[in-house]
Amino acid sequence: MSVLIFVDQAEGQIRKASLEALSYGVALAKQIGTTANAVVLGNLAKNAADLGSYGVSKVYHGESDTFNTMDAQAYTNAIMEAVQKSNAEVIVFSHNQTGRAVAPRIAAKLKAGLVAGAVALPDTSNGFAVRKSVFSGKAFANVAITSPVKVITVNPNSFRIAETGSETAQVEKLDATADNAKVKAATVNKVQGEVPLTEAEIVVSGGRGMKGPENWGILEDLAHSLHAALACSRPVADAHWRPHHEHVGQTGIQVSPNLYIAVGISGAIQHLAGVNRSKVMVVINKDAEAPFFKAADYGVVGDLFEIVPKLTEEIKKLKGV
Amino acid sequence: MKILVCISKTPDTTSKIAFKENNTKFDEASVQWIINPYDEWYSLVRAIELKEKDASITITLVHVGGADSDPIIRKALALGGDEAVRINAQSDDTYFVAAQIAEVAKQGNYDLIFTGKETIDYNASAIGGMVAELLDLPYISLATKFELNSTTAVVTREIEGGEEVDEVALPAVVSCQKGVAEQRIPNMRGIMAARTKPLKVVEPTPIEALTKIVSYELPPAKAGVKMVPATDMAELVRLLHEEARVI
Ligand SMILES: Cc1cc2nc3c(=O)[nH]c(=O)nc-3n(C[C@H](O)[C@H](O)[C@H](O)COP(=O)(O)OP(=O)(O)OC[C@H]3O[C@@H](n4cnc5c(N)ncnc54)[C@H](O)[C@@H]3O)c2cc1C
Repeated sequence: MSVLIFVDQAEGQIRKASLEALSYGVALAKQIGTTANAVVLGNLAKNAADLGSYGVSKVYHGESDTFNTMDAQAYTNAIMEAVQKSNAEVIVFSHNQTGRAVAPRIAAKLKAGLVAGAVALPDTSNGFAVRKSVFSGKAFANVAITSPVKVITVNPNSFRIAETGSETAQVEKLDATADNAKVKAATVNKVQGEVPLTEAEIVVSGGRGMKGPENWGILEDLAHSLHAALACSRPVADAHWRPHHEHVGQTGIQVSPNLYIAVGISGAIQHLAGVNRSKVMVVINKDAEAPFFKAADYGVVGDLFEIVPKLTEEIKKLKGV
Repeated sequence: MKILVCISKTPDTTSKIAFKENNTKFDEASVQWIINPYDEWYSLVRAIELKEKDASITITLVHVGGADSDPIIRKALALGGDEAVRINAQSDDTYFVAAQIAEVAKQGNYDLIFTGKETIDYNASAIGGMVAELLDLPYISLATKFELNSTTAVVTREIEGGEEVDEVALPAVVSCQKGVAEQRIPNMRGIMAARTKPLKVVEPTPIEALTKIVSYELPPAKAGVKMVPATDMAELVRLLHEEARVI
């Protein structure tokens, strides 16, 4: 009996969302009085044993470079090897792109109940109930998993990363490879040098009130001062002012940062569906009646072209730059 | 070529979300039901576009739900599905739903199975992966472009911090999102034709649900927005730093 956490890597780096899942799994193991182990696939920039500093006893490592791109079937086979070797009872993933592709396969293979998008540790006082966000952020559900083996994916930005010490974990190599993967990656394009939107702790978002793509410099400066990712409303992406991968909302990306700053966005319900899981929302809009103010924590009524540069200036002062 | 498109029924985005029976049940009164937008706008429309290029393609819709789902199934047929199978069962357990779909898929020998990226009610993003595993098929999640070659598909999909172009041998399961196709509205001819298209109702295979929703909660009401004068950004920064502690 143990908890196994799948730790995703991208170009050898372990991403924040996976470290959150790792800390979630370690905390869960402690709660139910068992050990936590991790499974990692592909080449790592750091030593796999270093994951011990997050509280895992063992790291199962599938080292083959064939794992450097993700084929859901090949990943499933490798993770299954670690599930069997560690006799895992709960398997934890991040609800990131890889988790969403692989966790359901593992759940189906093990006939394990799946809660996808957990926002808190399970309540194990009477059974095993996991809280997750439903109705695109409009409510929460407490979902009981009734099967003996359980699979959980953890929503990004829902759980704090905790380094527990400087122990090293024992590393055990996996035999699995992705040599027979049926999905072949032809090209991989990474958006360079930017904070990935779904992982960002702070998101700065612009709407039609920005008037045109040439005005985005002030938002880029604001985002830069906060180490934030940029997002936009749908009409902005549709008009090609900004790339589609920045479009948030019901039809775009769903984000759940600690801070969402909406600039010149009216706050239509379809936009809110993608952002209302944010912990704190700041709305800057010249129209005091804009619906977004109803969902906001802090609001500023006025001309964004005057307000945004001043806000950036004050943030720089706070950060001492 | 045969394409199976999974269709889910969800409350319209603008519906009021409320619960009843001591917060244990979703209150369906006054809810307007729609086809899950990711299923309708992206996977179904892409299947229709493929059929428009190659008339030998047939599109089968599959839905797990009660008779009250028939209107949204008819709408999907009006958009361009050829036939539909409704599995007569209701469940919010993803494994139960996926296993039912997998049973239908096994009988039909489909070359391609499409799902939407997630449903807008339970947001699990899990049906495609489970169906793929139950059928031992490759799965490409979060597709933003989809093209068919003769025996393979070329799919662009979202990965962490970017995108990747993949080639996959068919049969395969693909979950679709924005970029794969553009929303369409059914026309009069489609609506008329849909009335006579086959909608087969089958009883579910006995499968045990592995999860159960115990209760729902609405998020705590916001304390209300705190307004900061446009001339005092120092105050906003102070509030974000000291009160909200987010910067
Ligand atoms: C089925 C469906 C799905 C949809 N999906 C999405 C989605 O995923 N994401 C999404 O964003 N939208 C979506 N929409 C569109 C949505 O309904 C809104 O139309 C859209 O969000 C509006 O974008 P906006 O706020 O940028 O523009 P607008 O509504 O035009 O708002 C612009 C705002 O900027 C303010 N403004 C203007 N000038 C200034 C200034 N100088 N200073 C300060 N403020 C200023 C205005 O007061 C106004 O509030 C969807 C719609 C439908 C029907």
